Amino acid sequence: MSLWEYANPVRFLNLSARVLPVFWGLAVACLIVGLIWGFFFTPDDFRQGSTVKIIYLHVPSAMMAINAWVMMLVASLIWLVRRHHVSALAAKAAAPVGVVMTLIALFTGAIWGQPMWGTWWAWDPRLTSFLILFLFYLGYIALWEAIEDPDTAADLTSVLCLVGSVFAVLSRYAVNFWNQGLHQGASLSLDKEENVADVFYIPLLVCIAGFVLLFIALVLYRTGTEIRLRRTRALQAREGRA
Amino acid sequence: MPDLGKYADAVLSAYGVSSLLLLLLVIFTLRKGRAARQALEDVEKRSKTNG
Repeated sequence: MSLWEYANPVRFLNLSARVLPVFWGLAVACLIVGLIWGFFFTPDDFRQGSTVKIIYLHVPSAMMAINAWVMMLVASLIWLVRRHHVSALAAKAAAPVGVVMTLIALFTGAIWGQPMWGTWWAWDPRLTSFLILFLFYLGYIALWEAIEDPDTAADLTSVLCLVGSVFAVLSRYAVNFWNQGLHQGASLSLDKEENVADVFYIPLLVCIAGFVLLFIALVLYRTGTEIRLRRTRALQAREGRA
Repeated sequence: MPDLGKYADAVLSAYGVSSLLLLLLVIFTLRKGRAARQALEDVEKRSKTNG
């Protein structure tokens, strides 16, 4: 069985109907366990006090803000190369999820930054590239809405997605590229010395799993919605011609 | 409830706003999905009736 079989909208809908309950259930379970564990059962940090609890929202949402764009990039490339409508619709479906993740990352970052850095916002490389990524998300959604022909909209939004990928990469690696600014380096690292302490690490991993699973569930569900809307428009157009 | 000390406002508002945004995203997603499903069923029923 090939992955490309799921480019068929009916096969995609059948598959998503089967797997969606599992993803919804696991997402809710991981988010509840991870956030309750992190909020109620982890200690304060010796420097950051109780603000360290914001890590369970800030890090997973920031990761998903970037990864959602990467997923959109892959789906857009598949559309441009193989012209599978499901992939274009999956990219469209992921954008509002990505924009909410980016908004959560920006908001929790500002709330966390104020007591730690003494400012809500700084034109720091990572913060700025995240703000630009947020604007790219808005532009991407607006472009889909502005163009009537869905294939043209998919073509142009795919190109925009390719351009925006530069900022998705910059958002992730800005701290490494420019050794300046207020934002710290990555919270998660394979280097044990650089990683957050174990007491914060495990609930953080559970929260990250929750955000990833929620993203998958939302994108599968929203892609199904986009497929149905497309089919409805096609049938309505056929009715109009008859 | 853990003692959040002087950062209680910051931590609680981060959790409150993030939870609200996620909840709104899920609600709007499910509402749009139900509306799309209903619209497709209506059009398919109509097109079957009209042959």
